[in-house]
Amino acid sequence: MAEDMVATSNDVQVSKEGTRAHERYVVPPVDIYETEHGLAVLADLPGVAKQDLNIRVEDSVLTIQGKTTQEAPGTMRHREYELVNYFRQFELSEKVDQGRIGATLRHGVLTLDLPTAEEAKPRLIQVNVG
Amino acid sequence: MAYWGTLNGMDALRREIDRAFEDFGLRTSPFRTAFLPGRTGRRYPLVNVYEDKDALYAEALTPGVNPESLNVSVVRNTLTVSGEKQATVNGVKAEAFHRNERGAGQFTRTVELPLEVDPSGVVANYNDGILRITLPKAEEAKPQQISVNVA
Repeated sequence: MAEDMVATSNDVQVSKEGTRAHERYVVPPVDIYETEHGLAVLADLPGVAKQDLNIRVEDSVLTIQGKTTQEAPGTMRHREYELVNYFRQFELSEKVDQGRIGATLRHGVLTLDLPTAEEAKPRLIQVNVG
Repeated sequence: MAYWGTLNGMDALRREIDRAFEDFGLRTSPFRTAFLPGRTGRRYPLVNVYEDKDALYAEALTPGVNPESLNVSVVRNTLTVSGEKQATVNGVKAEAFHRNERGAGQFTRTVELPLEVDPSGVVANYNDGILRITLPKAEEAKPQQISVNVA
């Protein structure tokens, strides 16, 4: 909270002002489940084209970001939803092999395959009985 | 199935509000769904409707639907969209799930349009999880320009 505030000479606190207009985001619903070799993530991102999708894994934080563009074919007569950008982050508990992340986008559903890194996989250790 | 639950709750609230407006003698939305029991009672998918001079445009938010299961039909001024949203992957054990938020199952949605459309000219496209339907207005529903004669 304190970081968002800037003290002024009048000792009145005002909040920081961004130079860019705020972008609006919604949280997409996801399914996450464990597979034999890692994690699978599915996210509903209707209206996002392949080139407008941004997926990153940094410091074991998975970020899914999708941009949408709403093109109104005429004047709005009835609205139940608004197409806004998607944003969601997850902290991953296991190390992900970044080089082998697989992502497919089909019919507005993103499917991510996050394989566990080799060094993080449990190894079977033989116990020698002497 | 939490997704349906939320929508049901919202639908119930919407009905309450509609009823409150009706009590005041105001007309409810011309787009209210027809009353039918079961699957059609849900408000899924969400639909936006646009209009220009020649046509109405309906856009439905339907991610992850098999295009072959999608069914669009138009009778006079009633648009019906049905289909099936596929479940995640079959055979995933319940304990393997960390998150399970995406709903799945069959759906049917009926929307009453504000005017009659020409069913033979209806075109539907499914792209990036959005179903876009172009509904040309029926000839008799288009506004007629009447010239004024000056005597």
